[in-house]
Amino acid sequence: MSLDLILRIGTKLILPFILLFALYVQFHGDYGPGGGFQAGVIAGGMVILIGITFGLGTAKRIAPQVMVERMVPLGVLIYAGTGVAGLLLGKNFLDYGVLGHDPVHARELGILLVELGVLITVSGTMTALFYAFVERGR
Amino acid sequence: MTAVMPHLPALQIVVPLLGAILAGFLRRGPTAFAVALAVSWLMPFIAGALLWQVLGGGSISYRLGGWQPPYGIEYRVDVFNAFVLMLVSVIGAVTMPYARRSVAFEIDEGRQAWFYCMYLLCLTGLLGITITGDAFNAFVFLEVSALATYVLIAAGRDRRALLASYQYLIMGTIGATFYVIGVGLLWVVTGSLNFVDVSARLAEAATVQPRPVITALAFLTVGVSLKLALFPLHSWLPNAYAYAPSFATTFLAATATKVAVYLLIRLYFSVFGPTLNFQKLPVSELIIGLSIAAMFAASFIAIFQTNLKRMLAYSSVAQIGYITLGIGIANKAGLTGSIVHLANHAVMKAALFLALGAVFYRIGSVKLHDLSGIGPKMPLTMAAFVVAGFGIIGTPGTVGFISKWYLAVGALNEVGWPLVLVIMASSLLAVIYIGRVVEVAWFRDPSPTCIGASDPPLSMLIPLLVLTAATIWFGIDTQWTAGIAGKAAGMLVGGLK
Repeated sequence: MSLDLILRIGTKLILPFILLFALYVQFHGDYGPGGGFQAGVIAGGMVILIGITFGLGTAKRIAPQVMVERMVPLGVLIYAGTGVAGLLLGKNFLDYGVLGHDPVHARELGILLVELGVLITVSGTMTALFYAFVERGR
Repeated sequence: MTAVMPHLPALQIVVPLLGAILAGFLRRGPTAFAVALAVSWLMPFIAGALLWQVLGGGSISYRLGGWQPPYGIEYRVDVFNAFVLMLVSVIGAVTMPYARRSVAFEIDEGRQAWFYCMYLLCLTGLLGITITGDAFNAFVFLEVSALATYVLIAAGRDRRALLASYQYLIMGTIGATFYVIGVGLLWVVTGSLNFVDVSARLAEAATVQPRPVITALAFLTVGVSLKLALFPLHSWLPNAYAYAPSFATTFLAATATKVAVYLLIRLYFSVFGPTLNFQKLPVSELIIGLSIAAMFAASFIAIFQTNLKRMLAYSSVAQIGYITLGIGIANKAGLTGSIVHLANHAVMKAALFLALGAVFYRIGSVKLHDLSGIGPKMPLTMAAFVVAGFGIIGTPGTVGFISKWYLAVGALNEVGWPLVLVIMASSLLAVIYIGRVVEVAWFRDPSPTCIGASDPPLSMLIPLLVLTAATIWFGIDTQWTAGIAGKAAGMLVGGLK
């Protein structure tokens, strides 16, 4: 274990920036390239990096299996829930123009929620896939 | 109620989607089953309300997200897809009570909730393909249902289920890719993805740039034919049906290929239109040729199967041949035969697979020699098998006869009497493969495997008997099946609508 000192310290240093970059990609999706899918992959990649460097146990302490498996449907629920919110407020499904005080802000809020759902599902799925592969044959 | 009515097209998709999420959250088999049952029983009411509305006149258009078509995604319901929605919903509702014991018997405790989650996703996808009026949205739903189907097939106990699922994954992905290439080409020449809009622009585009339009037609035909298992693109189907869990096989055999056929008919008649398809290009001859090959080759292979689920799977390929035959004939009677056979084949093939599932539940095998003498032990189950089998053969008084009658009338008007003889000759092959099972099950001494067998519990028996009764009922009273199918066919043949 002592031989990979640089790897472990390096990983520890880089981790917060990976997460920050994921959030940047997520929230800057309105103005530049990015969005929930890309951010979800980066956030999932962070957990995978922890798993590779520190072992599966550490990764699972940060992102427990149960949580990861619940994140997959949770994201879809947020996405679909945003659509249903429009439905409940008397508009068509996924018409979230009524979620705010004026249509422009409402649509911005709506797409933000939808992308949040995508982030949660994608990062959960990436991590769950990694866990499933690592645990094969154990 | 008046507040809900305009949103029914969205609810048809949103309810099973939310149900799938809920089943994924619950993680316990029995509660997930309760969700799946509630959703499955709600679906026919929504589909029924939609069908009732469109039979009253006109089609329903629903703007997803409030965006105006052709810019936004449009859900468009007319008589044809309301009929298919109703079919998928009813099959799901009738077979769902059967799932509880069958799934508990065949699938590990820890995976049951995921199984129901996948079933609901598959239902969402199939209903989505049917209801959407947008070519790319149809592709997304095609993938939703396909991905769920791969998992449903892989959930089978037999390890060969994994290989079957992988085979289908490869073939299904090729099919979906071809479909999306076709849609892409259509988008390039028309600048639109909305079926109605594409069809309005296609006539002009086809005269200016005929080559990409013909290429798109070719890609779409091959892609969707892979999904609907048109001979010789059926190679994924027999293994998938043979090794999937009984309930998954039943649901998929009754609905998945039917929805793909729906998509093909929609593309041929509503998007490309009869002129381009059947007058300028030899699509008709091609489809009729392949259909006849399917009817004979697949039936012939079915005769030599010892695994009865595999036998019924080959029988499905043959029956899909009848459905596509009507598309190739392309007149009103032929197309009515096709559309009514979607429903008729779904009903009788679901009954046959449910009967086999019940046999598997009791004796743990669907091999022909293990079933010897099982008839007197499981009288209701095997009687249902015989009745539904008569339907497959096409005996008068069953639904199979109705479909073949319309096909024969259509063939007589369009192609001539030799095709009618071909339809009758292929039915004789069905007599052999169904008759073989009936002979072994009823007229042989009981094999040691089925000594202690008896009819399955009521929750499995009632769905089977309901579908068997429907095989007879819709063979006599055709107002709801052939009547609506006739209206749909009239609308499709009548023009670009």
